[in-house]
Amino acid sequence: MIRQTPLTLAMPKGRIFGEALELLKKAGLKVPGEWTEDSRKLTIEVPDEQLSFLMVKPMDVPTYVEHGVADLGVVGKDVLLEEERDVHELLDLMISPCRISVAGMPDWTPHANLKVASKYPHIASQWFKQQGEQVQVIHLNGSVELAPMIGLADRIVDIVSSGRTLQENGLIELEEITKITSRLIANRASYRLKKGRISGIVAGLTRVVAQEGALR
Amino acid sequence: MSKLRTFEKPTGVRDLPPDITAKKRWVEARVEECFRRWGYREVVTPTLEFFETVGDASAIAEHKLFKLLDKQGQTLVLRPDQTAPIARVVSSLLGEEPIPMRLHYHGNVFRAQEREAGRFAEFHQSGVELVGDASPEADAEVIALAVETLKELGIAPLQLVVGHIDLLDALLLEQTGSSQNVEVLKQSLGSRDVVAYQKQVSELDIVSSKQEKLLQLLRFCGDEEVFTLFEEHTHCERALAGVNHLRRIWSVLQDWGVAEHVMFDLSLVGSLDYYTGIYFEGYGAAGYYLLSGGRYDHLLARFGRDHPARGFALKTDRLIMASPGGPRKIERIALVYSVRSRRKAFQQANYLRTKGKAVVLYQEEDQVPDQEFDRVVRVKEEGLDD
Repeated sequence: MIRQTPLTLAMPKGRIFGEALELLKKAGLKVPGEWTEDSRKLTIEVPDEQLSFLMVKPMDVPTYVEHGVADLGVVGKDVLLEEERDVHELLDLMISPCRISVAGMPDWTPHANLKVASKYPHIASQWFKQQGEQVQVIHLNGSVELAPMIGLADRIVDIVSSGRTLQENGLIELEEITKITSRLIANRASYRLKKGRISGIVAGLTRVVAQEGALR
Repeated sequence: MSKLRTFEKPTGVRDLPPDITAKKRWVEARVEECFRRWGYREVVTPTLEFFETVGDASAIAEHKLFKLLDKQGQTLVLRPDQTAPIARVVSSLLGEEPIPMRLHYHGNVFRAQEREAGRFAEFHQSGVELVGDASPEADAEVIALAVETLKELGIAPLQLVVGHIDLLDALLLEQTGSSQNVEVLKQSLGSRDVVAYQKQVSELDIVSSKQEKLLQLLRFCGDEEVFTLFEEHTHCERALAGVNHLRRIWSVLQDWGVAEHVMFDLSLVGSLDYYTGIYFEGYGAAGYYLLSGGRYDHLLARFGRDHPARGFALKTDRLIMASPGGPRKIERIALVYSVRSRRKAFQQANYLRTKGKAVVLYQEEDQVPDQEFDRVVRVKEEGLDD
């Protein structure tokens, strides 16, 4: 058996992980099926395929890849837009589709001194800058929907998938900023130095993504 | 604003401790040796330049320049790269010297970071500029020199990736028919966002055969076989001239014996947009981006001496980390003396220094920091000198 070039993949803990793993399996990589998402392990080795997986926070995936401790990574476009890391964005995996939107209370009216709360301060300020709106962006790490209800902010910029969370908190979606799916990213140097192996994985995943798309 | 702590430094700049500084000197000396052997002469340019001349010519985005005012109210910049200052020197101070001209430099460049976390604002670079001579041989020379220099530093594996900006421009224009589209697509390729490129192509209002050709562009990545594929791909004369130039470079690189380290990627775009012909990047060791360079034919004309030119800059900060080698270790000796043995100790120190040792003297009552030295020698009194 020819020895494969070893690769390290940074994978986001949580929802995206399972879906990404499924794609890798369908692309022909022999990754074990019994991993549970709630495993406490931070690294997983697959010696047969010369693969190591790093289980990290979604927001940190591009950081691991940019600094080269991971060759590849799977991450939502929301994180890529927010972090603006220097990486190759190779493939849209079309998993975990959602959107980033502006939301607020239904009786919301514009006034001076607008405040916007978000987990994505960079995306939020870029968006309002492009709209020519002057806003103060408040960075929150979670429960963003709470902000308009208690008067911390007038609007929020957040991930929306079904819109249920917004609804349950009495908020409505005002504007869609962009659609989001998960992407396969690569470190700049790895992309060149491990080109053969990476191209093989990209080709496999491209095929699987196209098939999945046809089924939808 | 809160009071600064005395040890604080501006964001993005750093001190180098002795061992890193020694490694940096070693890297620069090895690099220097290569450049010198290939006939490149060193020049030094000032850290400050006028914004209106060099600052503006240097294709680093304006918001990334460090600007300050001189006493006459002129805007100055901390040099953001070395290529524009050298273009100025070639056109002024060295204006009478014959072309082609081969120059090299070691220096620091400054780029303000928009998002600051952990990114540097000051970079050390060493590089070459080969001014004049439009031939593929001259382009290949700097690529070959880049490979040689990285090899000299023990970088392995080692991979140079070469693209061609004019070829890419021509092809994108042929297929999209608008320079506005060319800019949008190049922007995505330049930020290495293949997903955005594919999406933009699919949204362009052009026939599907042209879209298909734009998507195929991403596959022109490899060695000489990409040339043949590319020639079947286009009828655009400008693009074909570009691929012909690359073909000739490839043949020169084979004669240099460095072709095994070079591959082509016709969708490669640099971040500096003054490149007009070849553009290349170098990668090596365990995941380092080590150099970039290319051909710039319009820069010299801005300073009044219109010549083609090309060069590359090595990212010294990364070479320090990537190179497995390092300076030869010098034996460090502590000589401990008493008042009576002082003269003898000094003589002995000078002798050891001529033998290339590093010698530090301590009086007998001093505390000698043993761990800093390879040897501690107590100089004994031997008869009375007076």
